[in-house]
Amino acid sequence: MASQNLQSVPAELSPEEVEREKAGQAYFERIIAEDSRIEPRDWMPEAYRKTLLRQISQHAHSEIIGMQPEANWITRAPSLKRKAILMAKVQDEAGHGLYLYSAAETLGQSRDKMMEDLIAGKARYSSIFNYPAVSWADMGAIGWLVDGAAICNQVPLCRASYGPYGRAMVRICKEESFHQRQGFEILLELSNGTPAQKQMAQEAVNRWYAPSLMMFGPPDDDSPNSRQSMAWNIKRFSNDELRSRFVGMIVEQVKVLGLELPDKDIRYNEETRKWEYGPLDWEEFKNVLAGRGPCNSQRLERRRQAHDDGAWVREAAAEYARKQAEKEYAA
Amino acid sequence: MTTANSGNMEHDTDFAHEGHGDISVGVSGAGASGDGSASATRITPGNALRPEDIALEVRRGTAKPSEDVAEYALRLGDDALILAQRLGHWISRAPELEEDVALGNIALDQLGHARSFLTYAGGAWDKSEDDLAYFRREHEFRSAHLFEQPNGDFAVTIARQLVVSYYQYALYSRLMQSADPTLAAIAAKAVKEVDYHRDHSAQWVLRLAGGTEESRRRMIQGLRLVWPYVEEIFEDDELTTRLAERGVAALPSSLRQEFDNRIAETLAEAGLDVPDVPQSLGGGRAGRHSEHLGYILAEMQVLAREYPGASW
Amino acid sequence: MTPHGNPEFPGESTPAGSANEGSRAAAASASSTPATSTTESHSHSQWPLWEVFVRSSRGLSHVHAGSLHAPDAAMALRNARDLYTRRNEGVSIWVVPADAISASDPDAKGSFFESPQGKDYRHATYYTKSEGVKHL
Repeated sequence: MASQNLQSVPAELSPEEVEREKAGQAYFERIIAEDSRIEPRDWMPEAYRKTLLRQISQHAHSEIIGMQPEANWITRAPSLKRKAILMAKVQDEAGHGLYLYSAAETLGQSRDKMMEDLIAGKARYSSIFNYPAVSWADMGAIGWLVDGAAICNQVPLCRASYGPYGRAMVRICKEESFHQRQGFEILLELSNGTPAQKQMAQEAVNRWYAPSLMMFGPPDDDSPNSRQSMAWNIKRFSNDELRSRFVGMIVEQVKVLGLELPDKDIRYNEETRKWEYGPLDWEEFKNVLAGRGPCNSQRLERRRQAHDDGAWVREAAAEYARKQAEKEYAA
Repeated sequence: MTTANSGNMEHDTDFAHEGHGDISVGVSGAGASGDGSASATRITPGNALRPEDIALEVRRGTAKPSEDVAEYALRLGDDALILAQRLGHWISRAPELEEDVALGNIALDQLGHARSFLTYAGGAWDKSEDDLAYFRREHEFRSAHLFEQPNGDFAVTIARQLVVSYYQYALYSRLMQSADPTLAAIAAKAVKEVDYHRDHSAQWVLRLAGGTEESRRRMIQGLRLVWPYVEEIFEDDELTTRLAERGVAALPSSLRQEFDNRIAETLAEAGLDVPDVPQSLGGGRAGRHSEHLGYILAEMQVLAREYPGASW
Repeated sequence: MTPHGNPEFPGESTPAGSANEGSRAAAASASSTPATSTTESHSHSQWPLWEVFVRSSRGLSHVHAGSLHAPDAAMALRNARDLYTRRNEGVSIWVVPADAISASDPDAKGSFFESPQGKDYRHATYYTKSEGVKHL
């Protein structure tokens, strides 16, 4: 493990190792410049590895925590068809978390460690999942707005410079193509239903609109790491760019729904050719991110409990495998 | 061409900005011939009997169950529905993420069977699957007590799965030959799925029984908790006797021997005994349920009943 | 420990669950059974990592689909079925313990993979004089 230790203590590099580091750096830069892919065993700068690890694990955590607000409605889904769809969707999210943890593991972090950090409150996940899903219409709004925003973010990441991350995103984007549509259809059905159902749908859109816009992250002038991530091709468009695109999409889609977006300031700026929107409450965003959202502790507690309750099962299976391997070895 | 798998795929995925609802989007790069078409992410819906197909046949009148057949389908549908409702609770709470996905698949299979059976049953009374699932009361449900038993810890769930999957495998294997073509078709689709459920539960029984002391203790306890409800699922009554005589239903008692043999085999492999516990009286087929069903239905039906007549 | 490991292996990687995609071969101590590690409190029950290969239809090769954790091969196959073929992606699955894969040295790209370059005569396109001749 020589090269890795030496990376953090450059003074101890031998002349040959210095050469190798230089060659690695040059190769890395060429790959990035060519918009090609870095693969797990390639040389990479420590900061690149750390940034990726943070980004991918946060993404994985978001999928896993994001299962909760929707899982809460599986047992109450108002029709059997919707129950099946929702179950399949929440199950997909577990799968997406798994794909992403696997990608993160290629960077040398064990999934156990990542899970431990999440449960200990040391890791971040998308703060939107700290809001409660209080009505069935929230299943629609989460699918349409939250998954919609996520897809906007994720599709460019299919071309992320880190190979395992890009490949995980390809699989995720393919599978998610139904998530947003099913959410849209839930809202459409409600909007065309009874007045009470329509009101339920409008209230859900009102609740999830601003948080979904904030999913793209802070404004560009307040997003210090973005520039480096874009230079490394692990972020393809700026937060504001993606947010503006997203607003442009939903502003049309909401008309089909027969609902309204709770933002009177949405307009298309002919000069900048960008969609503009009203002010977002970044104070609230920071508060929720800092753990003061309505559901932060509830979400982590539920994850901790599932993990702890499952410990004896994981141990049992590992122990059984060990015994079987021993038996095979003896025979 | 040799780079098609990894390289081209990534450049073919700008589909979100144009809309991305079709499940075949983004796979155009994998459509070429030769090795280039080898892909691990090519997805299709497949081609199998769906609840929607049965609903269509019922609407057209090409599939219309008699009162007896409907009542029988209702039992099978209720069993699967209540189990799916129980299993659905595991998703996001399983012992490991891989198991969230596994239990989710089993729950979805069961829900699919429930929808098919209920849709077919509803054909006799001009009711939809949702009318039957959401607007019947406790005493109108026909599920056996086994299916409404609480999830408990993972070992209890696995014990319940063991009994259910071995029973359903024996049942659907026989129903594939039912004189009622719709029941036979539903069973033919379901039998492959419950075969996998059988394997899933057997694998876990082996691991829990042969893992740690704690897991073995829990597995034994789990089996003891669900075993009182075994007898009920193999009880014959007038309905099943009538239908079995006409070759429509499988007489429950006739499935018992195969069930016992296979269970004995699996438990022996795990070094476990078949629990020796008194058998509960049951009564589910006649609408007499345990205290659990009321809570299950309260949760399952609350929203649908708040908006009667609404469409979702 | 081979010297060409590279930054994918920070100190906290465990024998049981570490970098996948073949990288473990470069660094992990060879263990014939995928036993779990006891070196860290959080990993005593961590299931080992498996690489999953899926054949999408008959006549095609198995292709790497991703990885997962499972206690043993039997469960790894089942988890792979549940995780990677939920949408009819496959007709056959292979699972391989991640640490059973040996990978080529990324630092040796030149010596390993550049030799074939320039050997045009291995390709039909090199032989231009026979162009236009039928069935050749």
